Amino acid sequence: MTIINMTVNGVPRQMAVDERESLADTLRNRLGLTSVKKGCEVGECGACTVLIDGKAVDTCIYLSLWADCKSILTVEGLNRPDGELTPIQRAFVEEAAVQCGFCTPGLIMTAVEIVGTGKTYTREELRRLISGHLCRCTGYQNILNAMERIVEEAHKVAGK
Amino acid sequence: MFDVQKIYRATSVEDAIRALHRMEGSILISGGSDVLIKIREGKLAGCTLVSINDLQELTGIVMEEDGTIKIGPGETFTRITEHPLIRQHIPVLGHAVDQAGGPQLRNVATIGGNVCNGVTSADSAGALLVLGAQLEITGRDGMRTLPLEQFYKGPGRVDLNRGEILTAIRIPQKDYQGFGGHYIKYAQRAAMDIATLGCAVSLRLEEDRQTIADYRLAFGVAAPTPIRCRKTEAAVMGKPVSSRLLEEIGQLALGEVSPRTSWRASKEFRQRLVCELSGRATAQAVKHAGGETL
Repeated sequence: MTIINMTVNGVPRQMAVDERESLADTLRNRLGLTSVKKGCEVGECGACTVLIDGKAVDTCIYLSLWADCKSILTVEGLNRPDGELTPIQRAFVEEAAVQCGFCTPGLIMTAVEIVGTGKTYTREELRRLISGHLCRCTGYQNILNAMERIVEEAHKVAGK
Repeated sequence: MFDVQKIYRATSVEDAIRALHRMEGSILISGGSDVLIKIREGKLAGCTLVSINDLQELTGIVMEEDGTIKIGPGETFTRITEHPLIRQHIPVLGHAVDQAGGPQLRNVATIGGNVCNGVTSADSAGALLVLGAQLEITGRDGMRTLPLEQFYKGPGRVDLNRGEILTAIRIPQKDYQGFGGHYIKYAQRAAMDIATLGCAVSLRLEEDRQTIADYRLAFGVAAPTPIRCRKTEAAVMGKPVSSRLLEEIGQLALGEVSPRTSWRASKEFRQRLVCELSGRATAQAVKHAGGETL
């Protein structure tokens, strides 16, 4: 076991992890953050995507010991104190960008990364930016609609 | 849980070199996007890892005094694509590594790992070859430098001895100043796929903007390792750019490649791609070098 210190969803955590553990395992099994889905486990489907120091990363191919001194954000960390959804989540709901929901948390985290740039993107660019996610329900059109909407909304507020 | 015997997290390059010697059969791991997947597939069951992930010493993209661009091998594809020095001086490299996998992969995958895996399909390889990349390799007994071209020993095999680590990738100024380049990746899908064929071109034009002053051509998946086509390059130098020249380049390149049939594509299809992509990449590179659009 190795001791690591990481900030998870704003809370500093010191925890013992097995060196062989993936960050997906640690977040799910030790912290109960089950928004982090285990799909392919080889970095292809994007269901386990979280933000590590602001960058979207597949946690199934990321060793937990590498998360030492890093800041992790998962969908659980987006919760507002009043329980309200963030504009990104609301866009996914209202655009019906959720079918079975398995790919949704990962896509939301990528959306957080994209929106954080404050830039606008064409639909084609957005397709490329979400290419690390697989939606087995093939609901890509609505996902892109939600993405387009939220990118525009964010640009209006904090546009570059 | 990964099927790994032990993981040692190195605190410096020196520490990693010592660990590689101490831990027999240990494997170096950086971003993990190749090694961890191999482990998941059961190929390296019970292996021992020496992690150099996130080592400060191995990051950084800087211009040295003589204009050489030095890239830390621990730099991720995303950082390379976004870095101002790369965008300004060697955009062909930033563009090439932006074709690998998907965004999450590019956020962790390192250029050093891509080079040291030595696979023929590596998206950084073609661009680094045409940029005349020089590798700095550090071991217990010091440092040595060699051109990337000489680094490849066979499919997935590179000139790294036990306990040696790639510690810098350098692009000399003479190999990028005034050049325009382009990389084309041909794959079955637009993302999350391995190249069926990769073609990189870098060239410099004479002041007339029509005559080729310097020309470099490299391919991935056209041979057991990434390769440069030296004969084709020599034949093109000094010639004026024309659509006939583009066809000629394709035909000449065909004589230097040795693609094979795999489940991804047949040998014949890859040969066709060699002809087609070398012309297209050259035309684009001419444009980037300030020449006329063909």
